[in-house]
Amino acid sequence: MSHAVEVKGLYDCRDAWVKTLVDVAANDPRVVAVVNDSVGSSKLGAFQKAYPDRLINVGIAEQVMVGVGAGLANGGQVPFVSAAACFLTGRALEQVKADVAYANFNVKLVGQSSGVAYAELGPTHHSIEDFAWMRLLKTITTVVPADPWEVEQAIRWAAQHEGPVFIRLSRMPVPALDIPDRTFTPGKAQVAREGSDVTIIACGTITHLAIAAHDLLAAEGISARVLNMHTINPLDEAAIDAAAQTGAIVTAEEAHLRGGLGGAVAEYTAGHRPVPVERLGFDGFQPTGDLDHLFTRSGLTIEGIAAAAKRAMARKVGSGK
Amino acid sequence: MQNDPIPLIREKALWMRRTAFTMVHRAQLGHPGGDFSATDILASLYFGVLRHDPTRPGWEDRDRFIMSKGHATGAIYTALCAAGYFPEDWLATYMQNGSRLNGHPNRNYVPGVETNTGPLGHGFPVAVGIAIAGALQGRDYRTYVLTGDGEQQEGSNWEAAMVAGHRRLRNLTLIIDRNRLQQGAGTEETSGLDPLDRKYEAFGWEVAMVDGHDPAALVAALSARGDRPRCIIANTVKGKGVSFMENVAKWHHGVPNDAEYAQAMAELV
Repeated sequence: MSHAVEVKGLYDCRDAWVKTLVDVAANDPRVVAVVNDSVGSSKLGAFQKAYPDRLINVGIAEQVMVGVGAGLANGGQVPFVSAAACFLTGRALEQVKADVAYANFNVKLVGQSSGVAYAELGPTHHSIEDFAWMRLLKTITTVVPADPWEVEQAIRWAAQHEGPVFIRLSRMPVPALDIPDRTFTPGKAQVAREGSDVTIIACGTITHLAIAAHDLLAAEGISARVLNMHTINPLDEAAIDAAAQTGAIVTAEEAHLRGGLGGAVAEYTAGHRPVPVERLGFDGFQPTGDLDHLFTRSGLTIEGIAAAAKRAMARKVGSGK
Repeated sequence: MQNDPIPLIREKALWMRRTAFTMVHRAQLGHPGGDFSATDILASLYFGVLRHDPTRPGWEDRDRFIMSKGHATGAIYTALCAAGYFPEDWLATYMQNGSRLNGHPNRNYVPGVETNTGPLGHGFPVAVGIAIAGALQGRDYRTYVLTGDGEQQEGSNWEAAMVAGHRRLRNLTLIIDRNRLQQGAGTEETSGLDPLDRKYEAFGWEVAMVDGHDPAALVAALSARGDRPRCIIANTVKGKGVSFMENVAKWHHGVPNDAEYAQAMAELV
């Protein structure tokens, strides 16, 4: 099996999140955290201990949580509004739309335990729709860190950036990525691996699987570029232009097949650079199952991504298939 | 008060009603019934209560007013204009193509608008956040938020009421425009709100009931200070000031024809 939870040297990105937030808050008194009772699941205990007055727990009430975030921004604070991604983006979607995106307040929304991290707890607790919902709110920069280093970069950037941000985190253990000359610039994809036959575009918890798929494909003589597309909005269109030149694209994300990273890439390529795009993600509500089961049945594995790369290549113009 | 603000409030309220109705007549769009029930509350705030400076809408220590019943733009735009936040010629563009003055207020285009409202039940939670920020920073500004009474049917208000009561946000005042009508019927025949006073008291608030068309009573109630968040239930008349509009539900978003407009302007003197 090739699932993330079986890879050694894994990190829970929530640890980097709270460590960075505590650090940022030490130097910026504007920074506060707002939660819906989710101190534990957001791993904010250390923040609460360091800054008890700056952790605003509104109770189990997501609408007022997001509204309070907007109000705190009006009052000059920099609120990090943290809750399980499913409730933050689903329950409070109209507040996210009207109070944060449309009003354009300097609010940082932090979606915890996103995707199918809650696995067996089922679709009510999965957050696979969030990419599509948030992509429609164009004023919100949406960042999907892939490992602890990127979580830290994203939090530090968000704290000093003026404008609404959605940072999508997971509790799913992931390895630290080995990406050459890595820098974090929102809206600018990282080339995790070079390649010329096909481009795999991944984000978040899936990026390390895409990198492993690169190695698997290399053993078969296939040169696969891997992009870590850590920003869903705005999309790095130049990176997709370059990806299209490899003649085939795979997208892989821990999100709904519709409207997310794959949807964004498909929209862009259809309009600008027609090219075969194979999309991997979840096709709607998921059945009961553990992470391994859910990832495997949707092809979100090293082998599944490699197979999708071959399917995309087979669809290349002139491939004869 | 060094000077009695009541005559000025009455003068501004009259101008606001005449101007708002002219805007609605011109646009053939708007919510004049709710504009008129809220007009005296807004005039009292902007000309008798709020510590604000229209030349500095971003002043950190300004009192905040949030118009949660964002559909009543005839009232909030005329109040902000009368206070000096933007020039009067903007009002003629109300809801015209490309205007800054949308049917619901947008803070990014209209100075003095504190947050974007329109969907009901949004302004109150934002006001709670503003009040928390003021308390955190030790600032002495006050935050006022006006909701409709029908708007109180939105559950988000009760989330906000609970948080404010729990945190004893004494720098926060909620005003409820209690005109007893919603879009098509009375509040009490739709999904009853009474007793609003006892509900807010149970949530940890100080509650006062006032005549929402009496500037002296409004200024006194809105200027009072206590140890807990304050809820002012302002008893009002939807369509106040125009005989054929008062307490008639259809004027929630009814718009006047030329004859109705002329009659209203003759009455609003």
